[in-house]
Amino acid sequence: MKSLIMIIIAGALINNVVLNQFLGICSFLGVSKQMKASISLGGAVIFVITIASAVASLLYDFVLKPLGMDFMKTIIFILVIAALVQIVEMFLKKKSPAVYNALGIYLPLITTNCAVLGVALTNVQDGYNFIQCVASGFGTAVGYTIAIVLLAGIRSRINEKDLPAPLRGAPIVMIAAALMSIAFMGFGGLKL
Amino acid sequence: MKAYFERLWNGLIKENPVLVLMLGMCPALAVSTQAANGIGMGLSTLAVLVLSNFVISCLRKVIPDQVRLPSYIVIVASLVTVTELLIKAYIPSLYEALGIYIPLIVVNCIILGRAEAYANKHTPLLSVMDGIGMGLGFTVALTIAGALRELLGTGKIFGAQLLPEGFGMTIFIQPPGAFLIFALMIAVMNAAGIKTRQRKLVESGCDGNCSLCASAASCDPAVKTEKAEKTEKAEKAEKAEKKGGARK
Repeated sequence: MKSLIMIIIAGALINNVVLNQFLGICSFLGVSKQMKASISLGGAVIFVITIASAVASLLYDFVLKPLGMDFMKTIIFILVIAALVQIVEMFLKKKSPAVYNALGIYLPLITTNCAVLGVALTNVQDGYNFIQCVASGFGTAVGYTIAIVLLAGIRSRINEKDLPAPLRGAPIVMIAAALMSIAFMGFGGLKL
Repeated sequence: MKAYFERLWNGLIKENPVLVLMLGMCPALAVSTQAANGIGMGLSTLAVLVLSNFVISCLRKVIPDQVRLPSYIVIVASLVTVTELLIKAYIPSLYEALGIYIPLIVVNCIILGRAEAYANKHTPLLSVMDGIGMGLGFTVALTIAGALRELLGTGKIFGAQLLPEGFGMTIFIQPPGAFLIFALMIAVMNAAGIKTRQRKLVESGCDGNCSLCASAASCDPAVKTEKAEKTEKAEKAEKAEKKGGARK
């Protein structure tokens, strides 16, 4: 149990998926413009990454490894993720339209979020078992949500400031991300 | 001939994937700790991009429109797996250095973006040139960023000591340095008058022009087809009007 909590904390804070491993930067920079959208995307990402890492782990342990098709994992995982996002989307649309509407277009956007494939691949590389995979997926996704919501908050303040022209837009956002990343380096000192 | 060179120039400067279109930021930020890694990553992406552009362009009339994205993903994933195994076999040191970011070329927005925006509308040769241009733009941006980070972080470039030992500001080879260096490089491009496209896009939301959109590949198909249908309908109406006019 203790090790599971450690995996979650390490995924969320110490090895923050965005600020430390640079996965999912596209949506991190693109969507963080609006606070509400960031929270929705964060929710969708937690949902999809947790399920995707569970399915990828099962597939790898029970299909790919016994068949010796280790090298096929990239192709299989990306197809599974794409299909999974579609299924989750259809399921939510039918069963709980409220959640579906809240997530909106951010659900399909997740297919090419490299964080999903990245987590599935690192889990397999680290040799995690099924429960550890789910925990690590959940922790990573929580880390993503923390980062994007924090950045959205910072950006709402930046928008009101008078900046030098070349820094407006993407550069200042990345400088803000750099400062956040420095702050998150502090979690590296956590002894788990 | 001019069109081919125009593609190269376009990829290198005018629509530099990293610094102007803001595509493929994840691997760019992650592997640019050293100039050599930047070149390695850039060239691997270039190889995949050229091949995927070529294959997709050749198959552009065969692949049905509804299932084009899954087909592209399968093509790209196969090419990436081949590249990964080749690097693992022949350049193991690069394989170690790039690690997880090699399989992640699959979800690099540049590749699906170019497939969607260029290769599925143009001839194989032009698409290959587009792939080379974009790939070189990516490589150059990564190498410059890698060289800057290596120089500031360790005082070396390509492993050769340029600045006195002990000069290194370690922060530059750590994650925050990546954000800082790219922020400054994009600011320099901005100052030089080559505006980043992302700003315009994010401000205006989806403008129906998927060729410049970072999230085009993953865009909600419903939104896309809705927009496409609208323009199609408008075009049809226009044509019908013209026909009607001609008949009169």
